[in-house]
Amino acid sequence: MSASVATVPSALPAIMLDRLPLLLVPVLALVALPLMGSVSTWVTLTVAGLAMGMIIFIIASGLTLVFGLMDVLNFGHGLFITLGAFLATTVLGSMADWTASESLLINLLALLPAMLVAMVVAGGVGLAFERVIIRPVYGQHLKQIMITMGGMIVGEELIKVVWGAQTIPLPLPAAFRGSLLLGEAAVEKYRLIAVVIGLAVFAAMFWVLSRTKVGLLIRAGVQDREMVESLGYRIRKLFVGVFVAGSALAGLGGVMWGLYQQNVTPQIGGQVTVLIFIVIIIGGLGSVGGCFLGALLVGLLANYTGFLAPKVALFSNILLMVLILLWRPQGIYPVAKR
Amino acid sequence: MLSRVLSGDLPRSRILTVVLIVIVAGLALAPFVFPGAKALNVAAKICIFIVLVASFDLLLGYTGIVSFAHTMFFGIGAYGVAIALTRLGPSWSAVGAGIGAALALSLALSLVIGLFSLRVKAIFYAMITLAVASAFQTFASQLSEITGGEDGLNFKVPELLSPGFSLAEQPFLGASLDGKLISYYLLFAVTVALFLAMLRIVNSPFGRVLQAIRENDFRAEALGYRTVVYRTLSNVLSAGFATLAGTLLALWLRYNGPDTSLSFEIMIDILLMVVIGGMGTMYGAVVGATLFVIAQNYLQDLMKLASDAAAGIPLLPDLVHPDRWLLWLGMLFILSVYRFPSGIVGKLRARK
Repeated sequence: MSASVATVPSALPAIMLDRLPLLLVPVLALVALPLMGSVSTWVTLTVAGLAMGMIIFIIASGLTLVFGLMDVLNFGHGLFITLGAFLATTVLGSMADWTASESLLINLLALLPAMLVAMVVAGGVGLAFERVIIRPVYGQHLKQIMITMGGMIVGEELIKVVWGAQTIPLPLPAAFRGSLLLGEAAVEKYRLIAVVIGLAVFAAMFWVLSRTKVGLLIRAGVQDREMVESLGYRIRKLFVGVFVAGSALAGLGGVMWGLYQQNVTPQIGGQVTVLIFIVIIIGGLGSVGGCFLGALLVGLLANYTGFLAPKVALFSNILLMVLILLWRPQGIYPVAKR
Repeated sequence: MLSRVLSGDLPRSRILTVVLIVIVAGLALAPFVFPGAKALNVAAKICIFIVLVASFDLLLGYTGIVSFAHTMFFGIGAYGVAIALTRLGPSWSAVGAGIGAALALSLALSLVIGLFSLRVKAIFYAMITLAVASAFQTFASQLSEITGGEDGLNFKVPELLSPGFSLAEQPFLGASLDGKLISYYLLFAVTVALFLAMLRIVNSPFGRVLQAIRENDFRAEALGYRTVVYRTLSNVLSAGFATLAGTLLALWLRYNGPDTSLSFEIMIDILLMVVIGGMGTMYGAVVGATLFVIAQNYLQDLMKLASDAAAGIPLLPDLVHPDRWLLWLGMLFILSVYRFPSGIVGKLRARK
């Protein structure tokens, strides 16, 4: 050990990036190509799969970070999705003139406040949720699972109090409807928009996590919480911030998922939750990159199998999870110490 | 004598004893004391849920494992009987075949799930069972040729249990002696037997090891107990009892569909019942199930009164709207987890 002190390398050795999993998405897409029969179908399905994957990623990213940072798994995450979707019905419903307009710009201007409101409210509710529901049971897994489940039940009932228990239609703004023709392939416009928004969120998150001090602290906290704490940083505050951001993202994802489904029920969040758990298990609990890949894989596979073998599609996610876990039992990108 | 029947695990609280006696007496005399089809249905549902919740308590309260796949086993039991009776006709051998097949499937499935995933952390197990259970639910509703899909299966039960069967022309003490009554008492007897069996299990040396694992699995392992084996066994046992509860449900309702036995709502209900009643105390299952099922069926009437009384005040009528009964039970659930983790039974036992 003493010898190494004398020969401190001038630069830290670069961390080897684990590139192998990055190939999974293109490989899956290429394998599917000959099975489809026609390139245009493949393009349509791929874009649909990517769009679905992006929305799932937006929702799941916060959950996986929250888990990584504080070992808290929020079974009530679906609540924020539902909240976002219902807020979208209210905001977009009150701007019917704008959403009915044929102009893409005005439509986007209508979507923007809906997303903002959803993010702000979901973030605020997330703050309260963390304070009331999660804080008293830090470190007790059994109670955590139950209490967040209870929070979800109560939250869902409160949503029913405000919006009612029935299904509310959430039509797409006029300019988002229909599809574009890329050669032979028909690509739904909204899916393209979802892909763009998803990429933007991923880019922003990637930038925050890898280029800012807060991001550095978050990543360090995920790897070793005690070490960051002993260096004098208040990891609790950081955690609250991440929790609120994760809730806000789930709210945003809820708006997008609601528009994707085109109608909103109080159960919408619970239904997505299962999908999200599968994604974060595939990705490796606590890893944002793994979560991104997992979401894309799940989205693509769901669309491909939905076309090729609809009966199999229902289990494709579980199958994918089993295969990935057989390959890497801790998920695609295992986070250190876990 | 009584202590032997209850495996030495007495209620240990005067109030709890009274409550339990009232519940058992109420259930035993339900057809005579509470007339009407609805009351009998509620009583039958309480019996079924006592078995189901107690089996979940075996897993959650005694072993400390959170599983969200418990309704899957409940559903397997219900579907086993439903499919067997639909295919083979209403005979006792068909009932037996259904129960046997369902038990075999449940035990095998729980063994596989347990062996694969009980080595990992609690959170992981909870997530995996959630995924498996939701996949199973879609699976059951997709195989519509066998399971009847979303519509479910209506079937005939053996003649002795069918409502058309009549034991005597004259009603006895105000209750007509028909197949429904016989089914109810069969259900009641099986419930009592299964509950006492589970009480026996948790108070055996095996049950003590489960509790040791719940308290500190590392220490239990260090003492020489193979925790994976015990956890898996606990999982298998609890799945088996849940399956039997499912068969009771199917026999009672003469119908089974995804919503009656497989849905996630039931899973949440069981979780609420266990926690409100008291985890790690078998009696908690009795108290929790009774309270919850009664609330489910009668709280709504009460809330309707409150809602009408509060008409005109903003928001309040919506909060006490009859459909929002789960809101209040959910809050009670959260309070239970914080304030009295051992539930009603634990609270009653604590005060002397």
